[in-house]
Amino acid sequence: MQKNDYDLIIVGAGPAGTTAARFAAEQGVSVLVLEKDRDVGYPVRCGEAIRRRGIEEFIEPDDKWICAYIDKFSMIAPNGVKSTIEYIEKALILERRIFDYELAKLASKAGAEIITRCYVNGLLLDNGKVTGVKYVQAGEEKTATAKIVIAADGVESRVGRWAGLETHTHIKNMESCVQVTASTPGIELDTCRFYFGKDIAPEGYLWIFPKGKDISNIGLGVSATMGKTTSALTYLNRFMENNFPNSSITSIVSGGVPCVTTLKKMTAPGIMLVGDAAHQVNPLSGGGITSGMVGGKLAGTIAGKSIKQNKPDLIYSYESEWHERMGKRHETYDRIKDGFYKFSDETFNNLAEMYNKLPYEKRTIGRLFTTALINKPSLLLDVAKVFIM
Amino acid sequence: MNYRMSKKGKLLIEILPDKCDFCGCCVGVCPEDAIELKEVAIEIIDDRCTNCSKCVWACPIDVIKFNKEGVLKSPATSYI
Repeated sequence: MQKNDYDLIIVGAGPAGTTAARFAAEQGVSVLVLEKDRDVGYPVRCGEAIRRRGIEEFIEPDDKWICAYIDKFSMIAPNGVKSTIEYIEKALILERRIFDYELAKLASKAGAEIITRCYVNGLLLDNGKVTGVKYVQAGEEKTATAKIVIAADGVESRVGRWAGLETHTHIKNMESCVQVTASTPGIELDTCRFYFGKDIAPEGYLWIFPKGKDISNIGLGVSATMGKTTSALTYLNRFMENNFPNSSITSIVSGGVPCVTTLKKMTAPGIMLVGDAAHQVNPLSGGGITSGMVGGKLAGTIAGKSIKQNKPDLIYSYESEWHERMGKRHETYDRIKDGFYKFSDETFNNLAEMYNKLPYEKRTIGRLFTTALINKPSLLLDVAKVFIM
Repeated sequence: MNYRMSKKGKLLIEILPDKCDFCGCCVGVCPEDAIELKEVAIEIIDDRCTNCSKCVWACPIDVIKFNKEGVLKSPATSYI
């Protein structure tokens, strides 16, 4: 007999959801995680690159979910000029299918119950307070009650809307993304490549992240407003034809990334939002794994405490804790994004040229941005904040 | 003709489910919460849709179309 009353219910078993589950379950509260898809970690809608330091707070790096260790970033300007940065603190390329599974195992080990193929289609509300979820499992309509619901339902972010939160992403802040996993003979295994330019990925960028020897994730994100004329897929097809005409493609996935500051309101009575659903993605890079896990940890910890101490209002401290830890920084990244993504091709070309004139040992990400400032001095204050922090 | 009706007259937005990757990008930009996405099934909730077209623009892979004639209740597909 399946239980239908829990302390905490989490909708979505991505990294944010399962991290929230783990940190709540570790405090001894009962946790149920409901996942729409048939498996945790699949389908993978992600470039799979991550900073090593960001992940170590949550899980010990393990070769079974690491595809590549990254030592360099290469930025390719619209005219083809490449600038390479040594990235001393290594980045990693994940195998998300296995990584997400490992995170789910940690949650499970802490005592959380995870059920897949459960489609949540509504909330139970009592006087405006969320008291549980409605879901469909194997064609059967069911309900489950909880003291707190955490919505980790990704870019769709419908659960929050049902609780009255404004979660939809403004079209200009949505990056429409598409990615292929393809054979890329000769591409360096230790380098992440980023391509810029209005013909390649307007108001976004294209990435090539190595997944193994001669195989890479090649993807791009463009502002969804671009889709009025040209879709992300058209841009990617064009790039592949021009650069890897004979590449064999093993998979193709699409996705949307909310590249904007975090939702101002990500809590309401009985509910908290985490990860993409709360717009916790780094708005400059579009990276959302680590920040989603930070959101999950904060929300899970606070939810656990709130339930243990029987203090429902404790959940509201989540917003200020997030703001201190990540939200403030994302506001700065968002302002830099507004400047950076609007650079003209000529500006990107000049930037690469100036940067390459620096002695090799002085080429750092900080230096790249400082060079960018010559083109847009108003970014100075924002960039300074990032590097002082 | 038997057209599907949106909140604002004939429904003009059409999702081609056979080509959809079910990524949720359209759901994220929909200001009316008018798209229902299950594991591998997607549909427009007709009476919430305002034909605003944001989903059409946001779709990364061109699977949502603006059909200015209107969307028929039973699309005239010929699989037979």
